[in-house]
Amino acid sequence: MLATFAEAFALLTQLESRLLDIVLLSLRVSGCAVAIGAVIGLPVGAWVAVARFPGRGAVTVVLNAMMGLPSVIVGVIVYLALSRSGPAGSLGLLFTPTAMVIAQTVLTAPLMAALARQIVEDAWRDYETEFRALRLTRLQRVTTLLYDCRYSLVVAVLAGLGRAMSEVGAVMIVGGNIDGFTRVMTTAIALETSKGDLPLAIALGLVLLLLVLLLNAVAQTLRGWAMRRYG
Amino acid sequence: MLPISVRDVRFMPAGRRVLAGIDLELGGEGITVVLGPNGAGKSVLLRVLAGLLAPDAGTIQWGDHAAPAEAAAIVFQQPALIRASVRANVELALLPLGMARAERAVRVRQVLERVGLAHRARDAARLLSGGEKQRLALARAWAARRPLLLLDEPTANLDPTATEAVEQIVREIRTDGARVVMTSHNLAQAMRVADDIVFLSAGRVVEHAPAARFFRKPQSQEARLFLQGELPWRISFDS
Repeated sequence: MLATFAEAFALLTQLESRLLDIVLLSLRVSGCAVAIGAVIGLPVGAWVAVARFPGRGAVTVVLNAMMGLPSVIVGVIVYLALSRSGPAGSLGLLFTPTAMVIAQTVLTAPLMAALARQIVEDAWRDYETEFRALRLTRLQRVTTLLYDCRYSLVVAVLAGLGRAMSEVGAVMIVGGNIDGFTRVMTTAIALETSKGDLPLAIALGLVLLLLVLLLNAVAQTLRGWAMRRYG
Repeated sequence: MLPISVRDVRFMPAGRRVLAGIDLELGGEGITVVLGPNGAGKSVLLRVLAGLLAPDAGTIQWGDHAAPAEAAAIVFQQPALIRASVRANVELALLPLGMARAERAVRVRQVLERVGLAHRARDAARLLSGGEKQRLALARAWAARRPLLLLDEPTANLDPTATEAVEQIVREIRTDGARVVMTSHNLAQAMRVADDIVFLSAGRVVEHAPAARFFRKPQSQEARLFLQGELPWRISFDS
């Protein structure tokens, strides 16, 4: 056991290229997916928080339910969409990092939308009368609220990033876990563990944990700074 | 600006009479202070005038036209300021006007200079003192240059110095040609700033008179008792 951990640390300290490639691809795929998911999810969540329309309650329920969307289901749906006989089959994206980005975007956008809706709705209660008095249009209300809540929304983005980086089902299905091409940290950990190559799996696991810790520390620092700077 | 005519305005949420038929004529310029005991309907009247609450009955007209709600700006006792700079908070009021960015910047600078906050333009709005926050809220309302400015107890939580600064700004806004309607519990303040007084009681206008005459010789029994510090609820309780 100790020898396995020692080997894992050795892999980390030597920055072994295989490990580095996997980590960088994971960051690239999850980073892109979360960026796209945030661009879609945050405004959608803010709009649902501010808008009043028939069926808003149902939309909120669906958004909240999608926070727990199983990643394998998303993987299968994206797989079907991108497979040769699927509607986007001609694009030839299956088993590419792009397909993994699409799957993770589908996973993270609803999560960030649901969290943004809750955060923005809480703020909206404080601002509603003032914004109505200022005659802001709905679009201006949404953009202003997103700006006002920007430091709280970091939590929503972090949750999205956490989901993207930790999920294995969807990227495994649409990426295929091809060595050197679509192999990311989670799929590599799953594979190496099943093969019995525990040092690499542990090294990747440690990197994953460190990244999550680092991101949370940055977010916490940012929020603390924002509270002192903007009240 | 045309005179504002408020005709038999009623507001009765869940059957409770908050405004029980308000009739009011407000001229083109000047400062009107709305006085009255707690629960008289002062703040609700301001929200109705601002178009934030729809009356259950009655009309509000400017001349022969329905009063456009977007012609009024309102400042609340506790202004909601966004987590941004002082400048950005003022700019917020100009967004619906569709002004160009450069034009907005000029307007923001002008109005901040007039309320004495130009030197704090880049500072965080939420970290201002209570008096500065209220001056910022006034600047925000003033920036859009709406002809009707409604102030809901703008100095309720301020010290005398901050109160004086706010009153000075209100006078300047009046000088600029806007009609100011403000609620207050502070009789001394009403004496200092008001051109005319509207006295509300139980959701009705009991008296509307020039300020000097109202304070010298109130016409109604309720207003007399109010000025003597004996609130109407106390009279009815005693009787």
